[in-house]
Amino acid sequence: MSETYIYIAVMALVTYLIRVLPLTLIRREIKNVTLRSFLYYVPYVTLSVMTFPAMMQSTGSEWSGLAAFLAAVALAWRGFSLFSVAVAACVLVFVIELVIC
Amino acid sequence: MDHKKNFLSGMHDGIPIALGYFAVSFTLGIACRNIGLSAVESTVMSLTNLTSAGEFAALNIIVAGAGYWEMALSQLVINLRYMLMSASLSQKLAPDTPLYHRLMVGYGVTDEIFGISINVPGRLDPFYTYGAVAIASPAWALGTCLGVVLGNVLPARIVVALSVALYGMFLAIIIPPAKKDKILALLVLVSMAASWAFPLVPFFAGISGGMKIIILTVAISAIAAVLFPVHEEKGEAAKPEDSAEACHE
Repeated sequence: MSETYIYIAVMALVTYLIRVLPLTLIRREIKNVTLRSFLYYVPYVTLSVMTFPAMMQSTGSEWSGLAAFLAAVALAWRGFSLFSVAVAACVLVFVIELVIC
Repeated sequence: MDHKKNFLSGMHDGIPIALGYFAVSFTLGIACRNIGLSAVESTVMSLTNLTSAGEFAALNIIVAGAGYWEMALSQLVINLRYMLMSASLSQKLAPDTPLYHRLMVGYGVTDEIFGISINVPGRLDPFYTYGAVAIASPAWALGTCLGVVLGNVLPARIVVALSVALYGMFLAIIIPPAKKDKILALLVLVSMAASWAFPLVPFFAGISGGMKIIILTVAISAIAAVLFPVHEEKGEAAKPEDSAEACHE
């Protein structure tokens, strides 16, 4: 389906330009405090928005999703790696849904 | 610089990233299959984009048949953080680094590869980043491909369980900095509450998931930037443990 490849081309182009333009064009540090602060906050806000409540809606039961959410927050709080937190959330959902579903 | 040694060093540091990418991209592949993308389409998307949050959001846009401008705008907002990382990396490279190296390093600006690249002592040898990319990028593409191919042969329980991997990874990215910085903790809580409440507001109810992410991200980040301007090099540009020491005024 060629339409899919147009979507992929658009996202690849935008994403690559975002990644490569500062590296190639901006040689000085960004001085504008508000702009720098905005860019600094973006990943935290956008990842938070994407994770909650979507994580609860992605599983078979909202309870297993909520349990995985709370466990992932707790493990991340204690400094476990991306990989460990991701795997722990998966295992918890699997075990809980084995019991309650 | 010893390029070969730095390349191998980058590969070595890229192994845990590759393992994490494989697990997460397998989930991504399952999501790709669920909306009807082929293994080839999904693998091409992963190889050319190399961005978990961006690709995940893109699936919603593709399945909704939304406009190409919405795709471009959502990728711009979701991946905007790469601009800061890229800007930071431009300071880390030797000033005389040729353009073709800058063009190639740009491909590898992900949260994780940026993280290890910026932690190299002294100047960054592009070959270090290439080493990490050489192992992480194929793992990302292979995981995506296998997710599409194997997604439906895996038991439903395992598929459902894997579907939370990406969210677990997101939490592992945002929670540790939030632990050290009360402003970030507040921001995470406000963002999640707003994300939950957004569809409940009648005026916003018909807005797509992709646009919701854009609107909330721009609005909340802009308000935070005005209320809590960051007056010190921190976060993405600094080592993670330094972020708690940055001051808000």
